[in-house]
Amino acid sequence: MTAADASTRIRERFGVEAVMADGVLSVVLPRERWQEFGRVAREELGCAYFNWLSAVDWKDQGLEVLCRVENLDARLVVMMRTRLVAGEARCPTLTHLWRGADWMERECYDMFGIVFEGHPDLRRILLSEGWEGHPLRKDYAVDTPFTPYR
Amino acid sequence: MEVKPPVPQVPPPVWGDFRDLQEWEKYHQHRAVDDKTSNTLASIAEAIHHMPGGWIVTTSTEKIFNWARKSSIWPVTFGLACCAIEMMATFASRFDVERFGMVPWASPRHSDLMIVSGTVTIKMAPMLKRIYDQMPDPKWVVSMGSCANSGGPFRHGYHVVKGVDRVVPVDVYVPGCPPTPDSLMYGLLKLQEQVAEFQKTGARPASSGPK
Repeated sequence: MTAADASTRIRERFGVEAVMADGVLSVVLPRERWQEFGRVAREELGCAYFNWLSAVDWKDQGLEVLCRVENLDARLVVMMRTRLVAGEARCPTLTHLWRGADWMERECYDMFGIVFEGHPDLRRILLSEGWEGHPLRKDYAVDTPFTPYR
Repeated sequence: MEVKPPVPQVPPPVWGDFRDLQEWEKYHQHRAVDDKTSNTLASIAEAIHHMPGGWIVTTSTEKIFNWARKSSIWPVTFGLACCAIEMMATFASRFDVERFGMVPWASPRHSDLMIVSGTVTIKMAPMLKRIYDQMPDPKWVVSMGSCANSGGPFRHGYHVVKGVDRVVPVDVYVPGCPPTPDSLMYGLLKLQEQVAEFQKTGARPASSGPK
């Protein structure tokens, strides 16, 4: 499985062009095919290693979820990215494919407020339970008072 | 950036029985009204003090107590961040604060001093206050480094307490990022000077400046 094979297969299955940049195969997906692509990446492309998952806040253009999975044997790196609908921070989960996605999605929920649908245990992971807001969003005011400490 | 109005929050019951430092000091810095033992001791001391020549006894006793306090300040080992490395260096043999009677002790219940060495996050602040509460009176706090003094480089972050004096009362602020062991040692010596002036009531001196 080389990167060229992978991009051909992705084009056939999903009709999207996988862009190769800096050794990373970057795939932009619609949100509805997020889990389906995850399954293909896991089972057909052999990406067993879940590297990380994070998000970008594009303000009024909605949030973008990024996820990097790797096939370590074939040196294949796939970056999955999907744009969420503006004002609706909901994304399908990948926890049934990679156990490692569990805490990454919890962190993403903690920092960006993205609700991962189907996640078994979606709680805050880094911040305390009573925290208001999601700090890595662009509209989060960092000077929000947190009684009684600031 | 849109600034949200402050959201009134109910603090958790574990640590949140005070809203700010002033209220905290109201409850913790003075003897309780119904503390019968302390009141009795204070009235006995008062009586001795007003006997003819009694002031010699009371003032010299106070001096002895304060000398004992200042000569055996045991800091609780409480390392939070990179400042803790410098604190450990200060405790270790090259700088050796043990010659000032300071023994780094791994229990807050036997300690007199807490050196807040590093960034205090909002999540850490309740634990810090709990450790502080576990220390027996009289107790002192040294705020070590920019983060503990004011939040430092993380002051505008979302998760950092902007100065540990918003959690516990601080006696000595040591600047630096991180402070060298020399700076910390200077701060500890300044604290010793302050402790030597410590009154038996537990009140801190009115002016915190050097004599």
